[in-house]
Amino acid sequence: MTFLAKPKLHHPSAPTNALGLTRRDYEGAISTLCAGCGHDSISAAIIHAVYELGLPPHRIAKLSGIGCSSKTPTYFLGTAHGFNSVHGRMPSVLTGANLANRDLIYLGVSGDGDSASIGLGQFAHAMRRGVNMVYIVENNGVYGLTKGQFSATSDRGSKNKKGGENVDSAIDLAAMAMQIGATFVGRSFSGDKAQLVPLIKAALNHKGAAFIDCISPCVQFNNHVGSTKSFDYVREHNEAVNMLDFLPDRREITADYAPGTVEVVKQHDGSLLKLRKIHQEYDPHDRVSALGYLQQHTAAGEIVTGLLYVDPDAQDLHDHMQTVSTPLNALDDAALIPGSAALAKLNAALR
Amino acid sequence: MSLHAINDFVVRFANVNGSGSASANQLFAKSILRMGVPATPRNIFPSNIQGLPTWYEVRVSEAGHMGARGGTDLMVAMNPQTWDKDVDSIEPGGFLFYDSTKPARDLRSDITVLGMPLTDICNRAYSDARQRQLFKNIIYVGALSALLGIESEVVETLLAEQFKAKEKLIAPNVAAFRLGRDYALEHLPCPIGLQVQRRDKVGDRIFIDGNSAAGLGSVYGGATVCAWYPITPSTSLAEAFMRYCKRYRTDADTGLGRHAIIQAEDELASIGMVIGASWNGARAFTATSGPGISLMQEFLGLAYFAEIPAVIFDVQRAGPSTGMPTRTQQCDVMACAYASHGDTKQIVLFPEDPHECFEFAAQSFDLADRLQTPVFVLLDLDIGMNERLSAPFAWDDARTLDRGKVMTAEDLDSGRPFGRYMDVDGDGIAYRTYPGTHPSKGAFFTRGTSRDEYAKYTEDGAVYQRNMERLLRKFETAKQHVPRPVRRDAPEGARYGAIYYGSTAPAMDEAVEMLAADGIALDLMRVRAFPFHDDINAFIASHDRVFVVEQNRDAQLRTLLINEGDIDPARLIRVLHYDGTPITARLISTAIAQTINAAKIVPLRKAVP
Ligand SMILES: Cc1ncc(C[n+]2csc(CCOP(=O)(O)OP(=O)(O)O)c2C)c(N)n1
Ligand code: SF4
Ligand SMILES: [Mg+2]
Repeated sequence: MTFLAKPKLHHPSAPTNALGLTRRDYEGAISTLCAGCGHDSISAAIIHAVYELGLPPHRIAKLSGIGCSSKTPTYFLGTAHGFNSVHGRMPSVLTGANLANRDLIYLGVSGDGDSASIGLGQFAHAMRRGVNMVYIVENNGVYGLTKGQFSATSDRGSKNKKGGENVDSAIDLAAMAMQIGATFVGRSFSGDKAQLVPLIKAALNHKGAAFIDCISPCVQFNNHVGSTKSFDYVREHNEAVNMLDFLPDRREITADYAPGTVEVVKQHDGSLLKLRKIHQEYDPHDRVSALGYLQQHTAAGEIVTGLLYVDPDAQDLHDHMQTVSTPLNALDDAALIPGSAALAKLNAALR
Repeated sequence: MSLHAINDFVVRFANVNGSGSASANQLFAKSILRMGVPATPRNIFPSNIQGLPTWYEVRVSEAGHMGARGGTDLMVAMNPQTWDKDVDSIEPGGFLFYDSTKPARDLRSDITVLGMPLTDICNRAYSDARQRQLFKNIIYVGALSALLGIESEVVETLLAEQFKAKEKLIAPNVAAFRLGRDYALEHLPCPIGLQVQRRDKVGDRIFIDGNSAAGLGSVYGGATVCAWYPITPSTSLAEAFMRYCKRYRTDADTGLGRHAIIQAEDELASIGMVIGASWNGARAFTATSGPGISLMQEFLGLAYFAEIPAVIFDVQRAGPSTGMPTRTQQCDVMACAYASHGDTKQIVLFPEDPHECFEFAAQSFDLADRLQTPVFVLLDLDIGMNERLSAPFAWDDARTLDRGKVMTAEDLDSGRPFGRYMDVDGDGIAYRTYPGTHPSKGAFFTRGTSRDEYAKYTEDGAVYQRNMERLLRKFETAKQHVPRPVRRDAPEGARYGAIYYGSTAPAMDEAVEMLAADGIALDLMRVRAFPFHDDINAFIASHDRVFVVEQNRDAQLRTLLINEGDIDPARLIRVLHYDGTPITARLISTAIAQTINAAKIVPLRKAVP
């Protein structure tokens, strides 16, 4: 551990999780982001989710691109390896890492500039390949790190700090992810921990490409009147389609619910998603109707949040490629090298 | 006077792309090899799929010269589109074999014309259009065997081997072959002046293309991840890896693969995946060509600076830009050696033939892991996409994969301190850990920004500089690990030397013989890697002048030598060839002889005995 700036003094009575670790054990270095930046709330939500799930932090690989958002992996899970790669290319680095060792959990963190502008291609292809990962875009509608230029998720008509208007239409990364093959898609808001934490937990337990578009206001460059990514604006226009509870296993379902109001979805690993419906007609299993809903409501100026789509039985890239269950980085020489006898045979065939 | 030569001539097939001629032409080349006579084929093809001209050139050389020779002694003219040029290109006294179904008139009087009504013969023998097309090729191989004295048993054995899996096809192919052979024996002036005679000059050598060899070498080198994007002339390297993985890396019980191959969305993603996989402890590579190298630049700097292994096969083609995508060059030397912005120096290997493609491919993964940095293996179209006679592949079963400096959970628990960028051994190489190794120790943050020995972000100039110096130290260490240059001196020693690399080797070998015959002695040094071994500077220092022979316009290796060795440019004389065709011995020997003869007028040597 080379960068943990925080004192590691535990309060003796600090609560611990199933692994006997405290919340502190899931933290990272102290954030250097602006006070109040939405990204810090997302880091906190990640810490919260991983802690409560009782995952060993070192079994998570954190990968990011470049941007304020992409800096955040330093600020959580300090005992995990992290990789701050290059701008817009986290998805390929994560894909490669995943190919090397299918046994780790891959958490990709990116920004809207990182994923929707320079990295749109890689974003799309990681989704369509079904890389087993959780991919979070900390979406503030601007380039924070380069000081406030519009990003590709900025809504048309949204104003920058100086009053300039964005004339380009916005890319909806969640809709795009759904369309091109992500098998878990959620949208949330950095200011809504109650919604965000269960989404992250469920995503971490999803096998396949899990994407969360998390609106995360930039207090420095995009939190003014006229911005559609400000705290106030998002609160006013947030329309959750459902409320999710993540349950590690079936024993935790206790209450009875009125028929039709709650759906329990079992994921590949046996974990359960308890979905309380807010919009009755919204079906998160039907990609086509969900996309239609999303588009209609976005057009009406709503920010649709919640678990937008899930295929609980999804396969991942390794399934598609039929790779062995042993992580490729753990195969020994004997498993890798065909040896001299095979080579002699091959030589003979080449004469 | 018509040409007379035994086991020393060039046959060129002019075909229409997509006409199925490739396997017939290969059959022709292989039949000569099976008679114990070295033959070197080269595909010359434009950048298109169907309908346009392709050529297949076979240099038959008992002496074993495998470089391109230039000129054509026997033209097999099967493409009306290129007819005029093809006929013009025949050496005086040479031969023209063509489909005389429509007889040609007013042909050159200084060549021997061998007409055979191939289309007529096919139309009579076959009713199916595709059959007519395919068997036409086998029929001309039959005719050529009669004209050139190739043994029919050899060809028929090859056909039986080729169709071992589809036995039904053997008989009709043999029949077509005999049809052509018998026709030629009856109607053409067999044998002609060019003859193949059985020898024993092939030995145990194998016949394979460099891309396949590199793909196979990657399997032996322990690569498990390949991420690539199709581009000529590198595509067949990734495809070969796929093929060999299927054969050697499929779990017998489950049918699952001990490998992961991804056709990425572009070269940025390819190299990104390679870096991600290598960071996570798998051996990974990409195969590409110049345009891909251009796209990968940013990532290559990351891998250099963050010290992540990666293997990049660059099968070079003529640039810049799309250039001549199906023509050969050695034009990416600088783009690879100094890949990416900022101060970088990358490891580059230069295999000369398929044997070294295999060797260097396997070794490159050890180097990448040992040195924790990208390793480029620079092939080119000439060795990548052409089959070449080369020493058989060899593997020592006692050899183990060198994973370099990696700390395990036990190492971390033993109390050994871990600093990701700490030079504990003084060789510039620090220890790394794979993600997920230990619950509380050994984690670090990988980044392209400056950091200290413990991987902690810093903008402290002194710390930054210390790190950059260590990277230089590491590069110095690399000299002892990369393939050493190969020196070959003239029997009596020479005042002049020549430096060359990669696919130039066979032409250079032949040129040296030609020069020796003219009384010009030359010492040779074949560069096999960058960083340059000290032997190379010593070689330059010990000669009056050194020719640097390469296949690009700007003398890229020469530039690199001057830059890295602080060498007086006047001591290094350029010998360049870059029209997209493979360099020839004629070109090299002429250029060198001219320079030396001109220098003789103003002697460099102080006293003439
Ligand atoms: C190739 C390249 N071009 C440009 C940059 C400069 N740059 C750094 S971060 C950034 C935008 C980041 O925006 P976003 O991903 O939305 O992150 P935020 O800071 O808003 O969280 C840009 C353009 C870069 N690092 N690399
Ligand atoms: S500039 Fe914006 S995005 Fe960056 S840290 Fe500050 S508030 Fe957050
Ligand atoms: Mg942003």
